[in-house]
Formats: sequence, structure tokens, C-alpha cells
Amino acid sequence: MSLAAVDTKRKLPDLDRVPRVDEVGVNERVARFQSRSIKKESKLEALKMVLSMIDLTTLEGQDTPGKVRQLCQKAMHLHDAVPGLPHVAAVCVYPTMVGVARQALEGRGIHIASVATAFPSGQAPLNVKLEDTRLAVEQGADEIDMVISRGAFLAGDHGFVFDEIVAIKEACGDAHLKVILETGELGTLDRVRRASALAMHAGADFIKTSTGKIQPAATMQVTLVMLQAIRDYFYETGRMVGMKPAGGISSAKLAIHYLVMLQETLGNAWMTPEWFRFGASSLANDVLMQIVKQQTGVYQSADYFSKD
Amino acid sequence: MAARPKQQSVRVPVAKTYKIYIDGKFPRTESGRYFSLEDGKGKVIANVCRGSRKDFRNATVAARKAQGGWAGSNAYLRGQILYRIAEMLEGRREQFIAELKLQGATQSAARKEVDTSIDRLIYFAGWSDKYQQVFSAVNPVASSHFNFSVLEPTGVVSIIAPDDSGLLGLVSNVAPTIVGGNTCVVLASESMPLSAVSFAEVLHASDVPAGVVNIITGLRAELTEHFASHMDVNAIVFCDGARKTAKMVQELASDNIKRVISRADIDWSRESSQHPYLIRDTQEVKTTWHPIGS
Amino acid sequence: MATPENKLAFDGGWEYSPAPESTDHIKVQKKYELFIGGDFVKPESGKYFETINPATEQRLSRVALANDADVDKAVKAARKAYNGPWSRMKPAERGKYIYRIARIIQERAREFAAIESLDGGKPIREARDVDIPLAAAHFFYYAGWADKLEYAFPGRGVRPMGVAGQIIPWNFPLLMASWKVAPALACGNTVVLKPAETTPLTAMKLAEVVADAGLPEGVVNIVTGAGETGASIVSHPGVDKIAFTGSTEVGRIIQKALAGSKKKYTLELGGKAANIIFADAAIDEAVEGIVNGIFFNQGHVCCAGSRLFVQESVAEQVIRKLRDRMETLIVGDPLDKNTDIGAINSKAQLETIESYLEIGRQEGAEMYQSSCPVPDKGYWCRPTIFTGVSQSNRVVQEEIFGPVLAIQTFRTFDEAVSKANNTPYGLSGGVWTDKGAKIFKMTQSVRAGVIWANTFNKFDPTSPFGGYKESGVGREGGLHGLDAYLALEA
Repeated sequence: MSLAAVDTKRKLPDLDRVPRVDEVGVNERVARFQSRSIKKESKLEALKMVLSMIDLTTLEGQDTPGKVRQLCQKAMHLHDAVPGLPHVAAVCVYPTMVGVARQALEGRGIHIASVATAFPSGQAPLNVKLEDTRLAVEQGADEIDMVISRGAFLAGDHGFVFDEIVAIKEACGDAHLKVILETGELGTLDRVRRASALAMHAGADFIKTSTGKIQPAATMQVTLVMLQAIRDYFYETGRMVGMKPAGGISSAKLAIHYLVMLQETLGNAWMTPEWFRFGASSLANDVLMQIVKQQTGVYQSADYFSKD
Repeated sequence: MAARPKQQSVRVPVAKTYKIYIDGKFPRTESGRYFSLEDGKGKVIANVCRGSRKDFRNATVAARKAQGGWAGSNAYLRGQILYRIAEMLEGRREQFIAELKLQGATQSAARKEVDTSIDRLIYFAGWSDKYQQVFSAVNPVASSHFNFSVLEPTGVVSIIAPDDSGLLGLVSNVAPTIVGGNTCVVLASESMPLSAVSFAEVLHASDVPAGVVNIITGLRAELTEHFASHMDVNAIVFCDGARKTAKMVQELASDNIKRVISRADIDWSRESSQHPYLIRDTQEVKTTWHPIGS
Repeated sequence: MATPENKLAFDGGWEYSPAPESTDHIKVQKKYELFIGGDFVKPESGKYFETINPATEQRLSRVALANDADVDKAVKAARKAYNGPWSRMKPAERGKYIYRIARIIQERAREFAAIESLDGGKPIREARDVDIPLAAAHFFYYAGWADKLEYAFPGRGVRPMGVAGQIIPWNFPLLMASWKVAPALACGNTVVLKPAETTPLTAMKLAEVVADAGLPEGVVNIVTGAGETGASIVSHPGVDKIAFTGSTEVGRIIQKALAGSKKKYTLELGGKAANIIFADAAIDEAVEGIVNGIFFNQGHVCCAGSRLFVQESVAEQVIRKLRDRMETLIVGDPLDKNTDIGAINSKAQLETIESYLEIGRQEGAEMYQSSCPVPDKGYWCRPTIFTGVSQSNRVVQEEIFGPVLAIQTFRTFDEAVSKANNTPYGLSGGVWTDKGAKIFKMTQSVRAGVIWANTFNKFDPTSPFGGYKESGVGREGGLHGLDAYLALEA
């Protein structure tokens, strides 16, 4: 979806007009989503949707080309024993590994997402962040996952944070930009709501919860708040923005709760990999185990699913 | 060939080793020391852990760690847990009666002590979601403010349990302390320590979170000063009456303005010994103001 | 570019498969007798009546119809138990019996929830997560008061009233039974309880619990029947106290009938609560609060937030989000774990609701209903909102007791308060604002017995509940709820 068609005059929104958030109310709404009972066909459908929405991720200091190639292998062959499974949406790696991933995945329809902008801390000058971004794009990244400057945001320098996102968005060129808020450092749901509005007005194609490098990472609570922000932005501007919770979602059961939350907050249009991703590594195998259990009726063992 | 000796048919019982209870586990005292508990005829019934100040220190660390979560749990849950302790104790009634008899009680005294202990737990379980209603207040201040006072647990409480009441005395002091959201470290009776350790097993089976109650056996002469002086303990409940020791406790407690609650010379078997002021003793009062306006 | 055309679509995508609660573990008898004097006894009338499942219109069971002779038997059994073992028992021991009831309800929780859902139409999720746990909690709470009553009334001694006649409604059958029976027993009274005629089953299961808990016979008696059985209890001279929850109309009749008698009474009647949303509210949570306020339990709630007042500057936003949220509410089989709105309790109640929808239309109000499908058999009403209404509309003044919300805008704090109070009812109210001072001012100004700030329809056994004005007299729950079942003496 082209950004150019909508709202090219990017302006820092008035964050005081963003609705307040009540934490207890959010917890109760989340509990209600978790009480949904997803069974039989709807469960199988959900499990396959989850698979198709995964950004299979490796972001370790110890990553090597070998590791990344093995990850890409898994991305292409989740579990060949079961035919007809969707492939994951993307692999997510550091900029220095984008080239390796590109070679491994050439022509397979799996996107390559790269973190950038001095991930995960974001503590670097703008020129370093821009260079980081350009390198990833040149190497062939389809998507850039950037981090916002949390320090500046917490200090109230919203203009600085806004301008950074605008600049990185420009450096992305045709690549899609995901903006990581690092909700675990923002402290309150009110700040999460405001940061979401800020990021979207600055041009984000996706807003993302976390780097996955600190606790807490993604929670249903912050995700709900971000989905609400996306809804408000959609009503205001007509532009859809995607959402990605990352880190801490390792069970299929939890991932399905997220899908319930997505379905009942934003509706059908967002229920595709184009608009929703899970940033996860071990989630895929749990989903595969549940798919096989749904199909055979028998509980599975991790021994039968490849670990890459 | 010589005839084989006739097999004996008497079963050898497996004697229990009495340990202490810290942070939801049953370690031996880190000092490795013990003291012997003898029955009336001088026969050794058990080797009891002679707890050290380090055991006490470890227990306070556990109690502090557990206190935030315990105080943050809702009153209904704490009541349910105390009720569960009562259920578990009721299930082990015979064991506790036998143990009290071993330590010198008559059958009827032992039975009464166990039954009263169970009922006392139920009594305090019932207060968990009511003491706040009885002791809190909304205060009609003269300015346009909503003003309310609530009770909050003081924190970590050390308890010197009564020496003359091995089970009931301990239960009567632990229950009101923890139902109000405090955690505690208890020094069991020195002359009748066995029931305290077995009670720890009951706590362990009752969903009481680790560290909420910690029980140490040992010599009062060695340990009282530490129970009284530790700077990270908020209150001490002191059930022994000796005037000289009481004075020492109060002096040591003053270093961190520890709240000193003296419960000496109380007949815990009487119904009048149970009341909600035992809860209030280990609570603070917090008052909040907020404007009323648009 | 802000446009109302930006719409979200919620149906036709990923649909939830049926997730029925299993019922193979529950036991419902084909026929239930009256529970009097510790036994299940046949009715003197020899008559029985049906109770049906409002979602399927199928019969679930038949229960006995108690006539004057049966009520007399029950009252006498209650009196005998009162004069005998119950008042002689140590309060702590009385408390332990009540703890047993609580425990057994917990043990049988899922069975109770399934039967409640079948008999009354409420979603299994609500019966399982709200009704049954709260019912057990009420018994736990009041069990603990039995031996502590001297702390509740400074300067006064306390004495039970004697035999309590208790009449409860069909919207929260087991929960209402617990609200009545638990404090009555804790205070030393004995009871004769009459459940509503459309929802007798969980009361009969409660009778089984009472028997299994070993309570002395006659302490709790449960007689089933309709309005006449209730009137018989109210007028029986052997009853010392009447406790009633139901409509204001019947409450008036009862209060009138008791005029001149020595009987004490407490009444828990109807409501038309104002739910007030200020512009500085946490808007999304407030919308959820609206939904919880009026669609919880199909709106069969005396304290339902049935009049919404939204500050004009955020009205469009709130109503749009409310409509979106209504689209995701699932109306259907109460036993499906995903159902949000179950069946309307009875044909009669559905007819009442539909007549109000017609009245609203005739009054010129705009009606909006969600588009969800509803089953063919059974009694159903989709979640409904009326806009373009004001305080003069009948749908704004009168209690509908269904999933129907009347929406008005307001401009100032004083206007909101004035309209909130502009009603003969006074049971509850809601206020949504981020500003603490406003909450406390609202608490001061709204004349209702329960004010929910930034939440709605929250209940707890420790929290007193009851109405001002025509919403009733007396409080249930908490320390204040003990008043209803004790005589105070100097």
C-alpha cells in the first residue's frame, strides 16, 4: 500500500489529544480475549495463520552466516512431513547478515527484515543510524525494523523522536518501515499509546512492541493499546498501519489469543501477514506441534520437529 | 546344621528427622548443631536443630523477599489459604495429638490444643476480608477533600513464640500476623519444639507461598537478641514474660524503631485470647487525601 | 482525511467454531420436590410446573408447586430449627457449616455453572467466571462473620431476627440465593427461600449442598413456586423478616402488604442507572465499560448502566467505537464458551423488551442493532442502542431489563448529575474520567447506592450493594449487609 497517496505532510501530532488509557480496564479486556475458546476448524485455521505471520528471527551477537543459512532453511522447510503448510512471512536478521539471507532465500517469497538504527539500544547519532539503514536496504532487506530513541521520548523531546523516524523512513526507500517502541522501557500504557500515534504520523508502516532484548517484551496489554492507536489513526486518516508484537510469544495458545485480540479490535482487513507479524523464534515449532495434534488427535513431542 | 533363629515380627519404625523451615524448604541448621529433646524419663525423643543467627538472617531475607507479593495478594486469597491450613491440620489431627503427648501432654489436653488450633486458624481466616472494614475509616475533614485511612501490613515480623504452648501458642501468633499481609520468622518453643516443625509441613501443604512463614528451632538465650536487633525486621512479637529479657528486647528493638508487641502470660486456650486486635498490632495506618471538585 | 466511510469489518472472516461446554458430567433430575425440614418432600398441592431452557424451549425438569400448606410447613420447620439447634449452637460452629456450603459449591462449580446457564439462558462463561465463584465467595465471607458480630456494631448487642422469608429473582439465581442465605445464616437466623419460577434448578442443587453439608434440618428450606407462593411467604405470621429482590412494582406490593405488621423487610428493586462518560475519560476502556454495563447478562441486571450520558465533544467517537464493539459480541447458545450474550430468560421477558423497542420506534428514536445471526428456536435479542432520545422518552425513563441502551449527550458536569438524578430510581451509577477530583465529586452528587468509577458491574461480597429511592431499601454485602439480619439491642 503506497504511503504517497495519503497525508504527505508529516506533522508531529498533538499528543495531549491522544486518549488516556486505564490499566485495569485494559487488563480486563485482555482477560476477556483469553477466555475465548478456539477449537476445531477455527483452531487449525488460526494455527496456519500464525505460521504465515511469523518473522523467524535470529539477533544474537554470535550469529554467523552458517547460523543464518540454517535459519533460512527452516523458514523454507518448516515441517515437510505435513504438506500444505504456509511459509513464514519473513526472516529477521542483523544488517550484516542480510546478504546471506538474500542468497539463501532467493525467489522463495519470504521477506527479509533487517533491524537497523543501532539496534537494540538506539544510542547512536543520526548519521550512524541512517548508514545502518542504507546498508541493510542495499544488501536487499525488504523491511527495516528500527528502534525509537527512548531516552529522548521519556525526556519529552517528541520532536526529536518524530524527526528521526521521518528521516529513517526516507532512507528506507521502497522498504517497509517497522518502528519499535520498546514498550518495556516506556513504563506506562499512556506512553505506549502516545508513542504509537507519534510513530504512525511520522510514517511508520508497522508499529512493533519490542526488541526482544529486555523484559518485559511483548504483552497482550501493550499490544491492545497499540491496536487501539492503529484504529484511531485509521479512522482519522484512512491509512492502515500494521502491528508486530515481538518477544515472549513462544506458545501457540498465546499466539491464538493475540489473533483473537486482533480480530476483535481491527477486524478482517488486518488478519494477514501484510498487516500483522509475530516476532518469534521458538513459536513456530509449538505451532507445528499443535497443528499435528489437531490433525492426528495425539499430543506431540518436540523431538520430532527440527530445531534450526 | 544349626537351626535358623526365629524371625522377629516386630516392625522397626522410621524416626523423623526434625529440620527447620526457611523459604519454603526444610534445611538443617547451617551450624550443624543440635540439642536433644528428652521425655519425662530422660529418654531422647528427637535431635532438634539448634538454629543459628545465620539461619535467622537467611530466614529474614526470605521473609522480606516474600512480603511484597504476599501483601499484594487479595484478602480473599489470604483467607482461602488460612482456611486451607486449617483443613490440612484437621487432616493430620492424630499425628499432632500424638506428638504433643510425646512432649508431655495428656490425651485430652493434646486433643483440645489441636482442635483449638484448627478453630483458631478458621477464626483468623474469617477476619482476612473484614478487619479492614472494622479498623479503617473515612475521615470527615473540614476541607474539600476525600480523606481515608486504611491499614497496611508493617512488613517482616519476628516472633518469639510462647515456650509453654508448643502448637497453639505458635498458631495464635502466626495466623493474625500473616492474615494481615505480613511475613514472619518464628522462634519455636524451646521445650516443645516438635509441633512447630510439623506445623511447617502443614504450611507447606497449604499453598502458603515460600518465605511467608519461616520457623526456626533453637535456644532462646542465643537467638532472642538477633530476633530483636535485626535492622530489616519491622516488628517483634514477644511472648515470653521474663522482665530482664523483655527489657533487652525493647532496647535492641529501638535501634530501628522496631514495633515491640509483648504478649506475655496469655492463656491461649481461652476463647478470649483470640480477637482482631492481634491483627491490628502488626498493621500501620495510611491516610490519603484527594480533592473533591470538578 | 477523517471520513466516516473508513470502516472496520468484523464478520465473514475468521469465525470461531462451536465450543460447547460439556454437560455429560451434570446431574439434573426429571422432577424436584420441596426441600423442607432437611428432606425433599412432595408438595401438598400435588402440582408441579415445568422449567425450560430458554435457548431451546425444551423442558429441563419439573419442580414442585408450593401452596399455603407447604409454605406453612416450611416456616414451621424453620421455626423449629431456630428455637432448637441453630440458636443454641456456638457461632463458630455455625460458621463452619457455612464454610462447608462454600467449599462444596467450589467443588461442584462447573456443574452449577452449566445448570445455571441451561436454566436461565446466561452465557456459560459468565456463569462459570462470575456467578458461581461470587456465590461461593459470599458464603465464605459471611461464614467468617458468624462469630465476630460483636465487632460490627459498636455499643450494641446483637440478636438474630428469627425466621427469614427470602424471595429472589431469575437473573442471577444461585448468586441471589447466596446473597440472601449466607448472611441470614451467619447472623443466626433460619430461612425459607423461594427461587424465581423460571430458574429453580440451582436452588434445588443448593438444597442438595445444604443436605450434604450436614446442616441441622430446617435451617434452610427451599420452596418452589411463582407469585402466589411468594405472597404466601410474605403474609405468613411465623416469618420475622422478609428479604426481596425483584421489580419495583412487586416491591411496592410487598411493602404495602407488610404495613402494620411487625415484620422487618429489605427490598432490592429496579434501576435505570446513568453511565456518564467525560471527554477526559480513557475512551476505549469506557466503551468496554458501556458494554459491560448494559450487555452483561443480557442486560438482565437491576444495576445495569442503561442510560448512557456521553460528553458531546467525544460522543461521535464513543458511539462509533461502541458500534464496532457491538459487532464483535456473539449472541447465541449459552452453553457455547464464546457466547457473549445468551438467551432472554423467558418468552414474557422477550415480549416486554420487544414492546419497548416498538415504543422507542414510535417515540421517534433511532435504533441500531448489531448484525450478528441468532438461532431459530429460543428467545433472543441483539444488543441494541437508541440515539436521538432525551429524558422525556419512555425508553429512557422505564426499566427495560434487556440489552437495550439509551444514549444522550451532555455538556457540563452539573447537567450530567442533574439528569443522572432525574429518575425515581437510585441503584447505581457510573462515571468515566481521568480526573480523581471529579470522581469524588460525582460520588458526592449522584443519588445512588453504588457508584462505579472507571469500571462497572463489579461485585464483591465485602462491598455493600443496594439502592436509594425506588430502587429499594437496605444493603447486601459487606459489614453493612449484616444489618438486614440482626436485631440490635442496647
